Amino acid sequence: MPQGDYIEEHIKEHGHRLDHFERLRKKEAREPHKKSQIVKRTRGMKAKLLNKQNFVDKVQQRKKIAALSQKKVDRRMEQPLVEGSVPPYLLDRQAASSAKVLSNTIKEKRKEKAGKWEVPLPKVRPVADEETFKVIYTGKRKKKQWKRMVTKVTFVGDGFTRKPPKYERFIRPMGLRFKKAHVTHPELKATFCLDIIGVKKNPQSSLYSSLGVITKGTIIEVNVSEFGLVTNTGKVVWGKYAQVTNNPENDGCINAVLLV
Amino acid sequence: MKDSGTDSLSEKTGIVQFIAPDGSATGPSFDVSFGIDASHLDRILNSFLSNEEFIPYSFYIQNEEITDSIAATLSQRPQVSTETTIKIDYHPQSQYIVRPVSRCQGSLIGHQESVLGVAFSPDGTGFASCSGDKTLRLWDLTTQTPFKTCEGHNNWVLCLSWSPDGQKIATGDLSGFVFVWNPSNGKPVCKALKLHSKWITSLCWEPLHFNANAERFASGSKDCSIRIWNCRTGSCEQTFTVHTKGITCVKWGGEGFLYSASQDTSIKVWDVSSGALVYSLDGHGHWVNTMALSTEYALRVGSFSFESPSSIEPSYRDRLQQKALENYKRISLGREERLVSGSDDFTLFLWMPKSGNKPIARMVGHQQLVNMVCFSPNQQFIASASFDRSIRIWNGLTGAFICVLRGHVSCVYQICWSPDSRLLVSGSKDSTLKLWDISKRQLRLNLPGHADEVFSVDWSPDGSKVASGSKDRTVKIWHH
Repeated sequence: MPQGDYIEEHIKEHGHRLDHFERLRKKEAREPHKKSQIVKRTRGMKAKLLNKQNFVDKVQQRKKIAALSQKKVDRRMEQPLVEGSVPPYLLDRQAASSAKVLSNTIKEKRKEKAGKWEVPLPKVRPVADEETFKVIYTGKRKKKQWKRMVTKVTFVGDGFTRKPPKYERFIRPMGLRFKKAHVTHPELKATFCLDIIGVKKNPQSSLYSSLGVITKGTIIEVNVSEFGLVTNTGKVVWGKYAQVTNNPENDGCINAVLLV
Repeated sequence: MKDSGTDSLSEKTGIVQFIAPDGSATGPSFDVSFGIDASHLDRILNSFLSNEEFIPYSFYIQNEEITDSIAATLSQRPQVSTETTIKIDYHPQSQYIVRPVSRCQGSLIGHQESVLGVAFSPDGTGFASCSGDKTLRLWDLTTQTPFKTCEGHNNWVLCLSWSPDGQKIATGDLSGFVFVWNPSNGKPVCKALKLHSKWITSLCWEPLHFNANAERFASGSKDCSIRIWNCRTGSCEQTFTVHTKGITCVKWGGEGFLYSASQDTSIKVWDVSSGALVYSLDGHGHWVNTMALSTEYALRVGSFSFESPSSIEPSYRDRLQQKALENYKRISLGREERLVSGSDDFTLFLWMPKSGNKPIARMVGHQQLVNMVCFSPNQQFIASASFDRSIRIWNGLTGAFICVLRGHVSCVYQICWSPDSRLLVSGSKDSTLKLWDISKRQLRLNLPGHADEVFSVDWSPDGSKVASGSKDRTVKIWHH
């Protein structure tokens, strides 16, 4: 085992010995002789392996020589093909059009049919009902226990009107209702504050989805009309799905990543 | 109220005078009942002009088209006095009518990358498309199958152009090479022409009525130079290097001039025979993106004509040239060549390059850059496509604004007129094509089908088909 860089240290301090480079040159010059001695002496399997290795080395060497001796060719001929070709009228406008995204609604539809998404957060921590729903004691003697309060962030649509308190089983507190989400586009690496349209699916349970509870991993639908995406029939796409990546109830905001 | 006004007007009579497109009076002024409609006017005008064949005309009173009766148009324009002579402008219409395309006849699959250009041959029978996969593909239109794949380019093939005799195709690529192909066998006509150091933006052939052999063409490149090539000798004959920024568009006019638009905001007019710079047309405040000539349709079709189809053997060069000149004179109506240019400063300019470097009109209205302008084949209209998602129609003679066509939800990239000038097709970033009716000034049909941006659109010169090339790597053929 090497115990340190004492050799290098010594060389740094005192330099090489005077005939170092001469010796090195001679050693290199002797190398083929030494090699041939070894080749002569090896037998059997080892000889085979050695021969093969030598052959490969030789091929590499020849290729290198051929490449070096090749005439200078027009470098334009060897340009690799770049993907994403555009017509001449867009060539100078690359910077502007790089912010554009493919609208692959077909893919999304197919995924929707299968009921599954390939999402950034495939697994989420299970949230117990007791954690989400706080029991509210009601009744004159406060002994009825059928009323629940949602302690997580929720999305409540614009048209929602509360039921009379007598019939309201789930209370969604105003303070935990959210209308906007910070959605990151994974390809553009840019974040936009977008309106939430609805809660598509909460992986915890269907009850959570229908209540509009937003926890980590929930798929929400956001309004992307300002992106200017279009479908293949030429209509503007305005709803796209996004997955929530933080714990909104802890952070006070919803961060999500767009599913493209 | 209005109807009763129209009724009372239609019983009246008044004196009208026909005004030709060039502004001169045609025939005597005469007394007519305002109840008569455009078809009656048609007959009167045809007898005035003593046309052998009946030619349809469109009539306008102060740019308002007469569609029903004169009375109806007059009630639209109450400022026109019925007491004085009413001037009726007329424009000849094409005798044949192009049937509007309505369906996708086929998708031509084969390109490995976005289709950057599509073009029909001058006679409308051949079809070629160029793509980012370094190839030019020739297609058999009758069976809609691939005919030949021309390989040779080493980078994206950006533009293609058919020679006016339909015997050659020039293509230019991103690394600055130009190839000329023979469409009948897909082989290169000459060796690769490599003098440009940057990509080719535009290619344009010499009009057939100058040179019956159709062997010279001009190429404009990002490297600020314009070169004139001869594909028979495979050499560069002339080089124009006055522009200080990349060339965006090159047009070879029917009067011997070569026009070049550049990103240095100027348009230069060159005399090809002497190689001299004739004019510099300045006015734009930003890149000039595109140009169109009033005679472009005539230059494109060369010797082919659809009003009196007769095939001339391509080897009879002098007859071809004679026919091309005849065509040019017929389609250009003996008017001076006009040039319209569209720019990044959102404006268009209308020029008459032969008579000076002062613009006739500056056309404003677009809210984004103008990507393409196009003269209608009968020179009556100019259409301009812009990134503000709209298409604007302008008067082809005066540059006056006529109407705006809205409907696309994203940038309009390319437009193309039908040969009868009655329809316009546009391709857009929103992946659709749209067909516009110019007389009604509205959307006629929406043609969805592409899965991605439509990069190129072409209407076959015989009017039977529309082709579109898209980023989704397919070419679609649209048919009525």
